[in-house]
Amino acid sequence: MTVYNGKGVYSSVAIGKASVFKRRSASVPMLKIDDPAKEIERVENAKALAVEQLTAIHGKALKEVGETNAEIFEIHIMMLDDEDYNDSIRSIIENQGVNAEYAVSVTSDNFSEMFASMDDAYMQARAADVRDISNRLIACMTEGSAESGSSDEKVIVCADDLAPSETVSLDKDKVLAFVTAYGSSNSHTAILARNMNIPAIIGVGEEFLKNISDGDLMIVDGHTGEVFVSPDDETLKRLEEKQAEDIKKKQLLQELKGKENVTLDGTEVKIYANIGGVGSIGSVLANDAGGIGLFRSEFLYLESDNYPTEEQQFIAYRKVLESMVGKKVIIRTLDIGADKQIDYFDLEKEENPALGFRAIRICLTRPEIFKTQLRALFRASAFGDLGIMFPMITSVSEVESCLKMCDEVKKELAEDGINFNEDTEIGIMIETPAAAVISDKLAPLVDFFSVGTNDLTQYTLACDRQNAKLESFVDTHHEAVLRLIELSAKNAHENGAWIGICGELAADLTLTETFLRMGIDELSVSPPYVLPLREKVRSLRLK
Amino acid sequence: MKEFSYTIKDEIGIHARPAGNLVKLVKGFTSAVTIEKESKPAVNATALMKLMSLGVKCGDTVKFTVQGDDEDAAAKAIEEFMNANL
Repeated sequence: MTVYNGKGVYSSVAIGKASVFKRRSASVPMLKIDDPAKEIERVENAKALAVEQLTAIHGKALKEVGETNAEIFEIHIMMLDDEDYNDSIRSIIENQGVNAEYAVSVTSDNFSEMFASMDDAYMQARAADVRDISNRLIACMTEGSAESGSSDEKVIVCADDLAPSETVSLDKDKVLAFVTAYGSSNSHTAILARNMNIPAIIGVGEEFLKNISDGDLMIVDGHTGEVFVSPDDETLKRLEEKQAEDIKKKQLLQELKGKENVTLDGTEVKIYANIGGVGSIGSVLANDAGGIGLFRSEFLYLESDNYPTEEQQFIAYRKVLESMVGKKVIIRTLDIGADKQIDYFDLEKEENPALGFRAIRICLTRPEIFKTQLRALFRASAFGDLGIMFPMITSVSEVESCLKMCDEVKKELAEDGINFNEDTEIGIMIETPAAAVISDKLAPLVDFFSVGTNDLTQYTLACDRQNAKLESFVDTHHEAVLRLIELSAKNAHENGAWIGICGELAADLTLTETFLRMGIDELSVSPPYVLPLREKVRSLRLK
Repeated sequence: MKEFSYTIKDEIGIHARPAGNLVKLVKGFTSAVTIEKESKPAVNATALMKLMSLGVKCGDTVKFTVQGDDEDAAAKAIEEFMNANL
């Protein structure tokens, strides 16, 4: 058995035989020709055929992946018709006296290089589109068809990287999964695969392609990003069970999707999802969460090698809000510290990072960073139902400072004539015992509380989360923690605020009843827990 | 000859889709149309890939030059297109 690791882009398990995707034009030979007019005619004929194929693929993609994702093929048709592109092919044939395939291949290199060298990720990705249309054009000349051979058995398609048109051209009914050696989770292939509900593992490395052959038994685990080739019996059995579980979950999903989160005697609770990046929005919607209860904004800072600009942040936040179409999205402001280091923040090493310079403490000390984030957030607030939440609060004065900063930002935006939602909800995390104990003082200042149970437990029980030796001392159901949550809930409600839980305890089904009895208004959990939690809520009777 | 400038308001700038539609629109007229982004040489507005490779982003100002028999109608149509889409 050999195991490879990559990025899983659709969480499910596939078991089946490998089918290695044959690249159509690995290298194009240069041939000297005598009749340039004939070569140009071959290009024209191939172009007509390519447009015909792309029109068919566009139609197929419209049905399978929707208009936004299908648009790329319309753009491919326009690119094939590009004057400069065609002029380049023609002049290479005429001036160098070479075959049409070679002229297309050189033109493809030049144009894709032009896009690849641009300092804009969107335009860089267009380089792949140029290569895709050029390969199609060459295939239309040599084989008369761009589609690769197909078998009758369902297979796991293994390739170096798949171009968008190749993904859609494949007969979906015959594909169990994709595994590619290269590519990113943002490539068209990954996005299309996700939309086609096919598990895919991206970027497993080139070793994989060298060792795989048609017919090898493979297991693809989209949950973990693992690929098993010639699995042993134990692995096979374990993943068959995982696959059965997936199927069961899917059935659960079908039954529970669209249903309310309401107990047998009519108490309703909101179930939202926790995510840490834009890429997880798909699973939030697929699991039918009512909103996003915790969106960790750290990814923007971690993915970047310098402070992300207001514009970069705005685009990301806006994308989340627009993708959630009117559903609540609660974004937590920057929560880093010595345990979640980011180089360019230049934070000093600390003896005890959990009790150190972190989260809101950094933001209030370095207001320029905080203000940039708040401006981006408020600008995004015009595009959906945003809530802003501050982490690691311990005192009234911290909340007052945060609110003052919000007011300044709102005033500036209003002066600049930039739209924002005046009623954007503001909340705080209850994750220190101090915040829970003075929650009666904090609640009047904000619209909502969100309990971070992981930190609240660590601080209340004085047990370091990172220290495995302490595990036997950490009682996650400790009465002290539960009492602090209950106290916070009571104080929230008495002061007109609502309260949610976004830590791991929210997904603990043995506590769901306890939380509902406390009057918790919202539970926010990882996307896969949304439906099991809904099932639990619907089975409870509180009175 | 007609000239006018336009400042891009769209978040992503002149990306593939609007560029494609702009090319389509311009091809409907007989006039020659060029687009110029400051400090870069002007490109023919019917050249899709060159147009995209200008990398026109939100906030950038581009200058259009329209010359030909139907230049008045073409300039008006392009301006309307830019206002509606970019």
